[in-house]
Amino acid sequence: MALEIMEGSIAVAQAVRRCRPQVVSAYPITPQTHIVEALAEIVANGELAADYITVESEFSALSACVGAVAAGSRAYSATTSQGLALMFEVCFNMAGMRLPLVMTIANRALGAPLSIWNDQQDSISLRDAGWLQLYAEDNQEAVDLHYIGYKVAEDHRVLLPAMVCFDGFILSHTYEPVNMLSQEEVDAFLPPFVPKYRLDAASPVSMGMYATPDYYLEFRYETDQAQKRALEVLREVGKEFGERFGRDYSELVESYQMEDAETALVAMGSICGTTKDAIDEMRTEGKKVGLVRLRSFRPFPSEDLKAALAGVTRVAVLDKNITLGAGGATARGAVALEVRDALYGSTIPVLDYIIGLGGRDVRIEDIKKVVALCEAGEGDRFYGLRTEVL
Amino acid sequence: MAIDKTCELFECGHRACGGCGAALAGRLFLKAAGTETIVVSSTGCMEVFSTPYPETAWKVPWIHSLFENASAVASGIESALKVQGRKENVVVIAGDGATLDIGVLCISGAFERGHDITYICYDNEAYMNTGIQRSGATPYDASTTTSPAGRVSMGNKRPKKDMPRILAAHGSPYVATASIAYPADFMQKVEKAINTPGPTYVQVHAPCCTGWGFDGSKTLAIGKLAIETGLWVNYEMVDGEVTKVKKVVRKPVEEYLKEQKRFRHLFKPALATGEIAKIQAIADGNAEKYGIDIKLPPKKDVEPV
Ligand SMILES: Cc1ncc(C[n+]2csc(CCOP(=O)(O)OP(=O)(O)O)c2C)c(N)n1
Ligand SMILES: [Mg+2]
Repeated sequence: MALEIMEGSIAVAQAVRRCRPQVVSAYPITPQTHIVEALAEIVANGELAADYITVESEFSALSACVGAVAAGSRAYSATTSQGLALMFEVCFNMAGMRLPLVMTIANRALGAPLSIWNDQQDSISLRDAGWLQLYAEDNQEAVDLHYIGYKVAEDHRVLLPAMVCFDGFILSHTYEPVNMLSQEEVDAFLPPFVPKYRLDAASPVSMGMYATPDYYLEFRYETDQAQKRALEVLREVGKEFGERFGRDYSELVESYQMEDAETALVAMGSICGTTKDAIDEMRTEGKKVGLVRLRSFRPFPSEDLKAALAGVTRVAVLDKNITLGAGGATARGAVALEVRDALYGSTIPVLDYIIGLGGRDVRIEDIKKVVALCEAGEGDRFYGLRTEVL
Repeated sequence: MAIDKTCELFECGHRACGGCGAALAGRLFLKAAGTETIVVSSTGCMEVFSTPYPETAWKVPWIHSLFENASAVASGIESALKVQGRKENVVVIAGDGATLDIGVLCISGAFERGHDITYICYDNEAYMNTGIQRSGATPYDASTTTSPAGRVSMGNKRPKKDMPRILAAHGSPYVATASIAYPADFMQKVEKAINTPGPTYVQVHAPCCTGWGFDGSKTLAIGKLAIETGLWVNYEMVDGEVTKVKKVVRKPVEEYLKEQKRFRHLFKPALATGEIAKIQAIADGNAEKYGIDIKLPPKKDVEPV
């Protein structure tokens, strides 16, 4: 298996090229810029037969994708943070219309105060928009999730847009060894987009009609059903990918050192790499610690997570987001809320740690401290706050 | 190609008010556009009255996404058709609020990028769908629910925004204004806009009986009066130059204003002579700017026999 050392953004752009979108529509924003610049170059050099729409805003970027996909083309966009926030209205709309897309999110904090650095507040804040949300631990996974993302999003059992999330700077600007599939391999795995319906004068349809209270509820139900079916389609497509290329993505939660774990960490994204290193060190110190990594946040694999956490003594959730005001007097992130929900009825304590917001570095020692706090029964709080605010 | 006037692509049974000018605009523009057309609508009256799920009035492919993004959606459709080698017309039909106010960002972007789309704004001079609030197209002194006439207010404080010129300034090769009161002219302009490559724009005056306060049987008459008083001008701009203007023998603006409840405060409880003079000045300004006045030969004094 040939490995190339590549910047994460460039690897993603090269993966997108291999997915052959016919329309690319995106607007630059740090730390996503290298992706859209690389794609512009790819199109300019004739290496991808796509129309690259240089829109005037993220709002139009995603709106143009709505039009392109409705007309029957595979489309692509990428954004983060403020750009994703500007797309809010279109995000709900696109999922409601059941238009499949892959959009890369180079996760970044939301202002104010302005921050260009990483956390996962941006995509998490679109939790209920109806999009699939996949989170990559490293750049290899980020690349592969684009191929998988299109195949799942466009599956007629699903027909939903998907965000492929990877941590801004931490992954997007980091050089890592990556195996890039050949165009032939991607073509064999990902056939051209076959829309279920498209705008076509030969067989007119109306899309995006308005629904009275007699019908709206059913549309939301149908979209939720599609999310539920996506659980199985993700497993199926992830398995097929593994069989073809040797990297298996059939598990929506990945267990690391969980066989005899007493303390389980739960996290998403690049923080999991650091966490695994911390676990390795703690294991040599005799601590029974493991990690359950979520690859998919939407759909949320509740049953898989419950099974993965069965038998642990305590759970520590690392949340790179905060749902401000949740949890009464304590602090809660969105992942912890899901974990508690999945474990409802069990007596396993779930403690949450709001960590690494706005790019605050999370090191191996920090993970070890979180585990120590969890063992002491202390949690549901911000981790690593500057003392002057306390 | 000649317009097939028997072609009906806007199905009856939609939920528009009797006498709705926008519904007429919808029916007429489709006759001109024909079956090889993909329509993009903005949120507003036309979208709502034409597509109550599971019914639709559209016999051509149609999409509605949001209030303010029709031109961006159309950009994406046009882009996709180009890559697929397809040739359907891409036509936006959007209200004045969607066009002159909340959608300006998207329209500006789409026109600057030069997509081959035709954008039709049906101008009923307010946000009708949400209950007659003012828009950038609401005329001076019109009373709306957010610019009500009152003890210290004469209604809307600003004249109409000049959207056609804004889009002409974007380099649009064809910009026109029209009125549903002149159907043949409107349809010809739509046809011309569609046949002109690049982003083109037609703003069609579409009187709203409910929002303006007149009887639904008078929609065409009101539309005609707007033209005859010089408060609406039908013209064409090719590459930024005015090339054709509808000329009229002008009537005083009162004849138009007094027919509509939105201007009632100009006549009751007292005649607001000063305000009417200001509106007359707007019409005079239009007349001068576009040269719409037909100069009649001076009447000879003829002795009664
Ligand atoms: C972002 C957003 N803001 C506000 C609205 C509420 N809204 C729906 S239609 C509309 C007015 C439409 O006005 P116009 O474009 O003139 O069309 P009309 O209803 O007059 O035909 C408004 C304010 C909305 N749907 N979306
Ligand atoms: Mg209006």
